[in-house]
Parts: sequence; structure tokens; C-alpha cells
Amino acid sequence: MPVKNKKLNLKDKYQYLTRDMAWEPSYQKKEDIFPNESFEGIKITDWSQWEDPFRLTMDAYWKYQAEKEKKLYAIFDAFAQNNGHQNISDARYVNALKLFLTGVSPLEHAAFQGYARVGRDFSGAGARVACQMQAIDELRHSQTQQHAMSHYNKHFNGLHDAAHMHDRVWFLSVPKSFFDDARTAGPFEFLTAISFSFEYVLTNLLFVPFMSGAAYNGDMATVTFGFSAQSDEARHMTLGLEVIKFILEQHEDNVPIVQRWIDKWFWRGFRLLSLVGMMMDYMLPNRVMSWAEAWEVYYEQNGGALFKDLERYGIRPPKYQDVANDAKNHVSHQAWATFYQYGHATNFHTWMPEKDELDWLSQKYPETFDKYYRPRFEYWAKEHAEGRRFYNNTLPQLCQVCQIPTIFTEKDDPTVLSHRQIVHEGERYHFCSDGCCDIFEDEPEKYVQAWLPVHQIYQGNCEGGDVETVVSKYYHINIGEDNFEYIGSPDHKRWLSIKGKQSDDKESGSSQDAA
Amino acid sequence: MSIEIKTNSVEPIRQTYGHIARRFGDKPASRYQEASYDLEAKTNFHYRPLWDSEHGLNDPNRTAIRMEDWYAVTDPRQFYYGAYVGNRAKMQEAAETSFGFCEKRNLLGRLPEETQKQLLRLLVPLRHVELGANMNNSKAAGDATATTVAQMHIYQAMDRLGIGQYLSRIALMIDGSTGTSLDESKGYWMDDALWQPMRKLVEDTLVMQDWFELSLVQNVLMDGLLYPLVYEKMDQWLGEQDAEDVSMLTEFMRDWYKESLRWTNAMLKAVAADSEANRELLQTWIDHWEPRVYDALKPLAEASTGVEALDETRAQLATRLKKFGLNSQGVSA
Repeated sequence: MPVKNKKLNLKDKYQYLTRDMAWEPSYQKKEDIFPNESFEGIKITDWSQWEDPFRLTMDAYWKYQAEKEKKLYAIFDAFAQNNGHQNISDARYVNALKLFLTGVSPLEHAAFQGYARVGRDFSGAGARVACQMQAIDELRHSQTQQHAMSHYNKHFNGLHDAAHMHDRVWFLSVPKSFFDDARTAGPFEFLTAISFSFEYVLTNLLFVPFMSGAAYNGDMATVTFGFSAQSDEARHMTLGLEVIKFILEQHEDNVPIVQRWIDKWFWRGFRLLSLVGMMMDYMLPNRVMSWAEAWEVYYEQNGGALFKDLERYGIRPPKYQDVANDAKNHVSHQAWATFYQYGHATNFHTWMPEKDELDWLSQKYPETFDKYYRPRFEYWAKEHAEGRRFYNNTLPQLCQVCQIPTIFTEKDDPTVLSHRQIVHEGERYHFCSDGCCDIFEDEPEKYVQAWLPVHQIYQGNCEGGDVETVVSKYYHINIGEDNFEYIGSPDHKRWLSIKGKQSDDKESGSSQDAA
Repeated sequence: MSIEIKTNSVEPIRQTYGHIARRFGDKPASRYQEASYDLEAKTNFHYRPLWDSEHGLNDPNRTAIRMEDWYAVTDPRQFYYGAYVGNRAKMQEAAETSFGFCEKRNLLGRLPEETQKQLLRLLVPLRHVELGANMNNSKAAGDATATTVAQMHIYQAMDRLGIGQYLSRIALMIDGSTGTSLDESKGYWMDDALWQPMRKLVEDTLVMQDWFELSLVQNVLMDGLLYPLVYEKMDQWLGEQDAEDVSMLTEFMRDWYKESLRWTNAMLKAVAADSEANRELLQTWIDHWEPRVYDALKPLAEASTGVEALDETRAQLATRLKKFGLNSQGVSA
């Protein structure tokens, strides 16, 4: 045949290799093939306007990813063979990994499932293919994280039953409910929640702290995973931005819906990140930067620029952003104080910072730390030194939406706990903030379903009425191994012996309050 | 003589994760095991899906098949992500060599116009079937609960996208990368009577709800007749039409199909053996769908290899299903 047409450019060629394989159906109705695309009220007038966020054919994908995996697993093997766990900064660091493996890794698997579903839901084939690639990437992250932590699990406690704990343990309902919320939403909200709000706006506040923390603390396995996942994450972020621009450009009626989702998912993400803030400020023996600094750089500056850019679509910065910005000087301390008190019910150890660490916090938080938190921490340290390590045996009141105990304080007064309550259909519901309360009021029928761990314990649904039974039987937390104070713990003793030091018996056996 | 490097050996406190130890005992686990078992959330879900209020998240009732434990279905290839991409990277390297060879010598551009047209009419429209397979497997990956099962389906979904892309590149080689041949080929898929039963079948699969029924229809029945027909029988027939060079470009598909039989057979075996109710349900689905798949492929066979070739592949499928206590119509052929 005569070839007169021009050669395809890269963009058009990629479209021929992806979306052009799709067709307008005529034997089945389009709305039956894609039944989930319309119920959220998002109007898509023309899927052909979708800009592919990256152009990666499968042959190239297999090739690049295989090269990355080869390098990654070579490091994992070397790490295990050389007992790389002995070269980390301090065994307290491993507690950050325990939080990661139980709190974050199961989300990677949930992301795999969520993206596989939306990778089928959209009638636009370009968007489907991009989502499917993220699905298989998320499966990758879920699996490589298991492999990266596998060696640590052989030498430290608390990493031994992550998925089981994720389904049950009180504080893990915070990340789990976050992802359940996104996965039970429609496909456009899922992408706004995970691809945009989480991957694009907030990922630098989750991924970077953990991976930089690994780098600063000599954890070669985890930091290598982090570098290896970086190019995947870059693709996911590009998808996040494309999704939001595409929806907003398609129809003006989409703007208020997207704004509501951005408000909701910013707030949910911010609450979830309290756990990361506490990890950064308290669990890393070698600190990268303070949580407040991270928030300033990655949210206030980068996020500020992003929302400036989205102004032309009629999008404003998230509601309650001012509350979140103010809270950067408080949340990590409030969260650590809580976990310290409930250290008998966690799969990781807690401790009071040493003097130089307290000084670092004072310096990083000049407005708040000495005034509101240091005296309490010094008191607890003194109590511990005198044989009275403090544990709180009363179960806390949880927020109905974010599921964090209602531990946070008012924006204008850090001495007053922030607490909201409303009555819905004859039942009273409690919240940590206006942000969470608003989310409830928008979709009460969703949030009344929440599986609140404290309520469930009191209702007798967790294999026992007392904390000890729940913790050991239901959570699979090995009492005396995984939980309680770090000083004197089996992890601590093992670390001292690796470093050729004797454990100080005076400091151990300090769990008497928790029984 | 051997040299002995002294290492600082440390006794581990456990050999593997608790959920792996509960299945296999506390002994060193394989990478496949640690990557594939009991990673998904199983209980205490917080909210019901807005898009399917009758089911929960990770709800095993999204299929009518009941398994005592879905982890009885495992992958004989032991593919976790790293093993999967490693394997496919090798396969694509071989494919790339063939595509490069054909391109350099313009082997497809030199074919007679009539032969080119046959390729565009009979072979390249299968890229659309592949996209349907991609969507169906993505659905199964999202709906299946056990990771061993879900991951095989996402690999399958991405494989089908890749195969669709290889088929598309055959047309791009014919038209010198202008896209005109792909447009022509898509016209056959949309309007040529030859393809309409197949297009209807694919569209019918796209509205199926039960993910396991869908996997059976897509990965066992459709592929089970289509792949041997197209990539074995039609491949020979194309060779007789002076298009033997195309064989090089479909080698990936032949290797791939042979490999895919390993996991689809293992899955069928485990599910059919789990209960008589499962076996009966599979049989009902096979009775319903297998004749439709056969009919959908008949015009393609008539236009190329002849219907006998399709009957032969049908008999092969029947023999294969027989091993799992299942019957299909080809058995009498």
C-alpha cells in the first residue's frame, strides 16, 4: 500500500499502543461495561483529552523494572549475608521499621487492590492503563518491603505478624480506615484521595522521612528499597497531578466535588501523618530533620505552590490548612506522649528521649517544646528512673473519623484538648477536630460503620475484656518481647550484646504499672 | 583446598514471619512465600463500598466459588513481582531481537499486499481481544482475595497489554509507523462480519460480575481455543501464505501461552478438587461458555486454517479439562 502519511510522533504512537486498542462497544451498553463511572457525579465529556502521564510500553516496563529488581535483591542478599542489622545506628531505630511494616506496608497491598479495580473501572483506556501500572507497582512495593524487613524480623521483635496486626491493633486502624475509606469510595474519589492528595501532595511527608531515616541510620536494606521505588513514585505522582487537572478541565460542575474531596483527604492525610511526625522526631536515633521543618518544606512551600497553580481551576487550598500548619509544632510530641503511655499495647517499644535528644527538640521547637512538653517528659523519665515507668491503663476515646485518640489540642490554646461531638440519629459521636467532624457530617452513613478498636474491645469482640488478653491473644503481640519500654527489652539486651556491652539490670523489669 | 572466610554468625530468634510460620512452620521461607501469603486485609473492614453495597472489601463472596482456603491456589512458576519481571525481561529481549531483525530487513513491508491485508484482517485485530483480556484480568486482580491468586491475575493483565502492543507493532511495521494499518485493522474488528461474534463475546465478558467465572472464560476457555488456533495452526497456515516471517514476531505469544498453562491448570485443579460443588459450578460455566467461544472463533478458522483446525484445538481443550474432572464438547471430536 502507498505510504503517504507521516510517521507517528511518540505521543501518538503510545496512544496507538494503548488507548487505540479500545473501541466503542455496540453489543453491550457502555454504562454496563463501566457501571462505576458516573455515580459520584463527576462529568467526563471527552476521555480523548486525557494526557498520558508517562509513556511506558510493557516491554520497556519489564526491562527497566527487572534491572531495578536485580540490583535491589543483590543488596538484600548482601545485607542478610553480612548481618547488616548490626551496623545500624542504634536498635531503637528498628522501631520505626516496626511502625512501617505494620502501618504502611499493608497499605501498599491495599493500593494494589484499589488500583487494579480502578484500572478496570474507567472507560478511558489511557487512564486504565496508567492505573494498572500503578497497581502492579504497588504490589511490588508490598512484596519488596516484606523482603527488605525479612532479615530484621529474624533478629528483632515486633515485626512478626504485620498483616494480622494491621487488621486489629488499635492504632493501626488509623492507616487501615484511611485506605478502606478510599477503596470504598468511587473511582474518581479514590484517585483524588490516593493519587493526588496522598501521592502527589503528601508523599514526601511519608516516603521521604522513612527512607531518609533509613539512610541516616545505616539501614542499607530499606534505603535501597527507597531508591529503587523512587522512579515508581515519580510516575505515581505524575498520574496524581494529571488526574486532578483532567477532572477539573472536563466540567465546571466537577470543581465543587473535587474541592470537597481535597478538603477531606488533606485532613485525613494530615491526621495519618501524625504517626510519621512522631517517628521523625522521636524514633530515629540519627535525626534527619524535625517534623515541623518537613511540614514547612513539603507542605507549606511545595503544597502552597501547587494550590497556587490550581487556583485557575477554581480550587482553593484545603479547608483547615491553617489548623494543620499551626499543629506542626505539637502533633509529634502529643502522639509520642500517647504511645509512651500505651506502650504495653504496641508492637514497638517506646522510651523517653535522652538529654541531648531533648535539647535537640527544644532547639527545633523553641515556641512549644520547653513550655508544653519537656517538663512532662522529664517527669516521666524521673518516674521511670525511680522504678515507676508510667503506663495508662484506661482505654482512650477515639475520633470517629481518623480513629486517633482525641489527644490533639485547640489551635489557639495548646492546653485545651480539641474535642467535638454531635448526635446523629440518636447516637452520640466524638471527634478530634472540626476537620474530622465535617467529614462525618458529609457522609454520616459511611462513618457510623467505623470499626473503632476501643469500642470493639469494650463490646467483647476482641477475644477478651482485659487489655492483656486482647494484646496477646487478639493482636498477637508477644508480651514482654514486642511491647513495653525499650530500656531493658529483649531487643535492647540483644543490641547491647551485639555491641559487646553488658545490660544494666537496674533499668530492666520496669513494666510493673502495666500489668 | 577450600578457603574459609570467617564471618560473624548470629543466631536468628525466628526464621520467618508468623503468618508464614503458621502455614509452613518456623523455617527459612522462600521469597515467593514471604511475598505471597496472607498479606491482604481479611477482617474488621471499616466501611462498605459505595460501588457495591452488597459486598464488603476483600469479600470472598464476589465469586460463587467457595474455597476452604484460597491459598490452596498457588503459582507453580513461583512468580512474585521480582521473579515475574525478571522472566518477562528475558522474553522481551528475545522478542526485541526478532522485531529488530524484521524491521531492519523490512520483511513485512516486502510482503505482497494481499498477504499484508490478511495479516491486518486475520491477526492484528486480536490486539482488541488482548485489551479485553487485560481489563478482565485487572478486574479479577482487584476482586480476588488471596495474594497468590490476585497477583497471577495482575501479571496476566499486564502480559495481555504487552501482547496487544506486540500485535500492534506488526501493523506499524507494515505501514511504516504511520498508523494507517492499525486503523484499517480496527475497521475489520468493528465491522467485518468475521470478527463480530468474537467482538460480541469479548463485550459479553466485560459485563460479567463473578471474577472466577470471568477468569475461567477468559484465561481457560477463550485462550484455550484461541491461542492454539491462532499461534499454532494459523501460524502454519500463514507460513504457507508466504508470511512465515511473522512467526518470529509471535514467538513471544507461543512461549507465553505454554507458560500460562502452568498456572491456569494449577488453579483449575485446586478449585475443582476443593469440593464437588465447585466442580459442578465450573462444569455449568463450561457448558455455557465453551460453545460460545467455539462459535466466536469459527469465522476466523473458516477464513484461514479451516474448521478442522479449530476442532482439533477444541479436542485438546477437552482433554485438558478432563484431567480436572471437567467435560467440554470437544471430547467427542
